[in-house]
Amino acid sequence: MKKRKHLGIVGLCLLVVGIHLYTAQTGTQFYLTQLTMAAYYGLLVIGLGVLMGYAGQISIGHAGFFAIGGYLSAALTTHNLLPFQDRPLVELLDNLGLLQPSVDLYGGALLTVVPWAACLFAMCMAALIALIIGIPVLKLKGHYLAMATLGFGMIIYRILLATPYFGAADGISGVPAFTLVPAIGSFEPIVVSGAFGLRVMNFYLAFGFLIIGMILLLNLIDSRSGRALRSLHGSGEAAEASGIDTAGFKLRVFVLSAVYAALAGVMLTHYNGGIGPSEASVMKSVRYVALVAVGGMTNLWGILIMGVGLTFLSLRGVFGVYDDAVFGMILILVMLFAPNGILSLRIQSVLHRLFPRGSGNEPMEKQHRSAESPGS
Amino acid sequence: MLELKSVNKKFGGLHAVNDVSFRVEPGCIKAVIGPNGAGKTTLFNLITGNLPVTSGTISFEGQEIQNTKPHQAAALGMARTFQNVKLFHGMTALECVMVGRHLRSRAGFISGLFNLPWTWKEERAIRAASMELLDMLQIAEFAGVEATSLSFGQQRAVEMARALALEPRLLLLDEPAAGLNIYETAEIARLIRRIRDMGITVVLVEHDMSLVMDISDEVVVLSFGRKLAEDSPLNIQQNEEVIKIYLGEDDAFAQ
Repeated sequence: MKKRKHLGIVGLCLLVVGIHLYTAQTGTQFYLTQLTMAAYYGLLVIGLGVLMGYAGQISIGHAGFFAIGGYLSAALTTHNLLPFQDRPLVELLDNLGLLQPSVDLYGGALLTVVPWAACLFAMCMAALIALIIGIPVLKLKGHYLAMATLGFGMIIYRILLATPYFGAADGISGVPAFTLVPAIGSFEPIVVSGAFGLRVMNFYLAFGFLIIGMILLLNLIDSRSGRALRSLHGSGEAAEASGIDTAGFKLRVFVLSAVYAALAGVMLTHYNGGIGPSEASVMKSVRYVALVAVGGMTNLWGILIMGVGLTFLSLRGVFGVYDDAVFGMILILVMLFAPNGILSLRIQSVLHRLFPRGSGNEPMEKQHRSAESPGS
Repeated sequence: MLELKSVNKKFGGLHAVNDVSFRVEPGCIKAVIGPNGAGKTTLFNLITGNLPVTSGTISFEGQEIQNTKPHQAAALGMARTFQNVKLFHGMTALECVMVGRHLRSRAGFISGLFNLPWTWKEERAIRAASMELLDMLQIAEFAGVEATSLSFGQQRAVEMARALALEPRLLLLDEPAAGLNIYETAEIARLIRRIRDMGITVVLVEHDMSLVMDISDEVVVLSFGRKLAEDSPLNIQQNEEVIKIYLGEDDAFAQ
């Protein structure tokens, strides 16, 4: 188990380097932009994967947490605090070194919150909101939990769409770059930014976040807390009887997945230089659930690969104007033919289903053929 | 050890447990028997906190527990098994038992995320203790097999190992012999005695009369939620009222 974990991580690192080298060789470095974005979405999807697959709690509101992260960070780093300079709170923040001067598109002077502070604030708010709605909502099960989280996602979407502070239907643009590590000596600063020259650095940065996020989740699953999470999925009653505070563990993993989503939101917003209300839409939440399902619920590696891969294809526009429809279709097909995820399908059994050779279990195969024929 | 005082449970109009009181002395095996629907499992769920009592008190080692949640009851030192075995889907037999060590270990969420070095020793201890229990129940060879794919008897053994992993002082067994053949039942009887000899008090609900009469020190008989009798197995077997509910009125008169 341990060995497989390390092998997987090493393999993923090699794959990331390999992709970079391949694009450099073939002059297709423009792919890196969408891969960077896909990696951030992947961060959200693996967080949701632990919540859904391992702890067994569905959430159709995770785009809400992504948006909370992205929007708070965007708003704080773009809204000008100069007019409020003499207010005590603003003064306090300034004295703490949490504010920085900058210039807007037209050369006007601005005073905004430092991205680091905005990022931490956004993640803390996402955690707090997850805590507050998680306590009542996680008492629900199955369909009811799905509906309650769906409601949460809709509330966030509508609030963002109606609040001038968050740019209403336009969203927020002009979000500055996020200097993670300032220049030290001869080392260049590490900056989250969509600037052309920083493309390669941001590609590695995004996958760095994803890989570290993955390592943490893999650790968790193998730990005492991870066993507790998986056990409450298996049988809540038996988990309780074993002394596990099921409500507490559900809440903790819910908050964790919300923080993952918020971090993804913050980083992607700084990378893109802006965020719009569509990021909070219900369709996005449904898409994340679909990606977890395609990856195979209890298979974190599958979730990561499918999450990044399909998101990349979608961002490249492979699915055209039918983008959302394709994800809906994927959800249906996965539920029908590969409820344990695409990667669990063995080629053999797929071929066997498609071309039955009159073996013993013919009726079952006939059923599959008839189910597949309208699509093929 | 465990004391119930006029415990009542009503589900709407149904009086599932009606004014039941009894005591369980430490170190004994106490059986709760009764016809189907007598309220045995309900009584169990009241003791473990899965259901709230309507009225009455339940105390465990002098502490009132009728309002505690199941995980809190477990933390006080009681473990249980279920009538229709509840194992964790997707986990191996060993992992299921390791879950039982939850209360005997303390690595938290954050140290789990970061796989902090101090948790490694604890993980090894959890693994070793769980393996030992699988060994004791003679299912060590299935440690790496997904628990829900084992045979029913083996699943019962895994569940028993999980309950014992809590190192409880009181073990509640809900029909431990249900679905087992006579050899497995004899094995269970030996095991329950062994558990008692380890110093664990056992309360069991059971339908298999030969098992009950064989191993228990005291028997409580429930019928329609009421306590009908409480006595030694020998006296219970001769109690006319008990014979009546088990064999039916006519047969009882015929005797």
